[in-house]
Amino acid sequence: MSDIKFSEDTLAVAKKIMARYPEGKHKSALIPLLHLAQAEFDGWLSPAAMDYVASLLNIQNIEAYEVASFYSMFNLQPFGKCMIEVCRTSSCWLRGANEVIAHIEKKLGIKEGETTADGMFTLKAVECLGSCGTAPMMMIGAQFHENLTHDKVDAIIDSCKQEGKRKTYLDNVVVDKY
Amino acid sequence: MGRKILLAHDHVPGIQGYEVYRKQGGYNSVEKAIKTMSPEAVVEEVKKSGLRGRGGAGFPTGMKWSFLAKPEGVPRYIVCNADESEPGTFKDRYLMSRIPHILVEGMITSSFALGVNTAYIYIRGEYFYIVNILEKAIEEAYANGWLGKNILGSGYNLDLYVQVGAGAYICGEETALLESLEGKRGNPRIKPPFPAIAGLYGCPTVVNNVETLAAVPFIVNEGGDAYANVGIGKSAGTKLISASGHINKPGVYEIEMGITVEDFIYSEEYCGGISNGKKLKAVVAGGSSVPILPADKILNLANGEKRLMSYESLADGGFGGGTMLGSGGFIVMDEDTSIVENLFTFARFYHHESCGQCSPCREGTAWMEKILHKMIDGHATLEDIDLLWEIQAKIEGNTICPLGDAAAWPVASAIRHFRGEFEEYVKNPKAINKVTRMAV
Repeated sequence: MSDIKFSEDTLAVAKKIMARYPEGKHKSALIPLLHLAQAEFDGWLSPAAMDYVASLLNIQNIEAYEVASFYSMFNLQPFGKCMIEVCRTSSCWLRGANEVIAHIEKKLGIKEGETTADGMFTLKAVECLGSCGTAPMMMIGAQFHENLTHDKVDAIIDSCKQEGKRKTYLDNVVVDKY
Repeated sequence: MGRKILLAHDHVPGIQGYEVYRKQGGYNSVEKAIKTMSPEAVVEEVKKSGLRGRGGAGFPTGMKWSFLAKPEGVPRYIVCNADESEPGTFKDRYLMSRIPHILVEGMITSSFALGVNTAYIYIRGEYFYIVNILEKAIEEAYANGWLGKNILGSGYNLDLYVQVGAGAYICGEETALLESLEGKRGNPRIKPPFPAIAGLYGCPTVVNNVETLAAVPFIVNEGGDAYANVGIGKSAGTKLISASGHINKPGVYEIEMGITVEDFIYSEEYCGGISNGKKLKAVVAGGSSVPILPADKILNLANGEKRLMSYESLADGGFGGGTMLGSGGFIVMDEDTSIVENLFTFARFYHHESCGQCSPCREGTAWMEKILHKMIDGHATLEDIDLLWEIQAKIEGNTICPLGDAAAWPVASAIRHFRGEFEEYVKNPKAINKVTRMAV
């Protein structure tokens, strides 16, 4: 067992989540707890992180692995501090998603699926994120960036770079349009 | 302006918060149901209303509720399906983030009707920011006595929780959703048993879409007949339509069912016409899974009458000449759109989202993506079009859940209505790529 452990605050949140389910059904907390682990442990789920979550829920390690490997929001390897997820399904494609991807590739000097040398950005093309009416769009952490233009993309990426912080799905964000 | 039920107060500043929502008559349905009605009477009103499941299948909600088993001493559950993942659909997102309390209210009233003491909202992981909005609304509902123990002094108890997913289209299928909520991979279950008999934790469970549950407060307040009077025939009430693609005004619109498709696309009240003055080429009317129709077929029925925005009218003509209302994900394509390339984005989507449980879907979706990829790369032959047709036909009806059908229908309909374009594309792919060169 490694020394990976939730902070006291996160552990309290985890305990609160585990109490939402009927007695003996706490395995239901697995996905929420994997989200907590991913956000707390550098944005990905190492075997040690998954083992830790399994131990909290008193389930077999493999039960955590099989779930973590099924869902596309769980990363089983490290990636950049900001994962740029660009939607490429129909409605976004109709409104220029491929151009957005090509623009980011050029700007960051990487191909889709790659991470910049400084470890700041990973570019990922993803399937429909439910933002079809404000296409094209991309998601960084929990934040939806919509009605993208090349200028807007540049500004967003530059500001992420300046902040230099890891973005996670658990960030508290405000999306103004909806 | 058409009748608004769900979005009637969407324009009111601060409607996201409890005070304003309550001032607009929010939570009246809970009060009315708990204080003046029996649970059975609430179910009866929902049956009378003709409300049908708004997630895509259109199954009568009252009937679904009446299937719920009620064995003594066994808990029952309501799970709200907020996994909205059907490409082209973003209405639940709109509703939950703008008026979160309407869902909370609908869930309380529905839970009372079905004798449920614990309910969950299962929301897709990508909507994490809405989790915060919903949790705030739920907190406000607890603080004001609408949730928790002994609601309105009636002795009725209800707890409501938000459960977040982690990126899987398949979890919108109700049994996959329940698996996921139990902390497992989202593999759909074999039915029967249906969730109404053995759902969450093996207990009787009703799974309803966000929009469906949000319609319940109106039905209880105004009566099932009042709801049934809105809309047209068996398409009772209003429907949220997510409009996207090549239109001037993309967005979420609440329509009274029965308006013409033409009016929806071209009127200023809704989509505002095709962008850049282009002509309409095709529409996917109910989310990526439903058959695509060319302009003439989506606007008009075979008998020359105008097609309407309703379950029946959109389905008129069967799969040969009609489509489905589905989730209401309305994707519009202009004259320059390549049907082949758009289909490739759908095929790639279904391949990515297949859970892998059934061979026809797991292998078939992969092959459909590969063949379309080959077309776009310019290496396909005319025989590949027939091969694509054969593969989709072998998936349809041969899988545990409807994802297989959902992957097959877009392919079948695109070939059925646009075969000539596929042939042109195969013969000369570069000439067709007028607008967007696919970066594959």
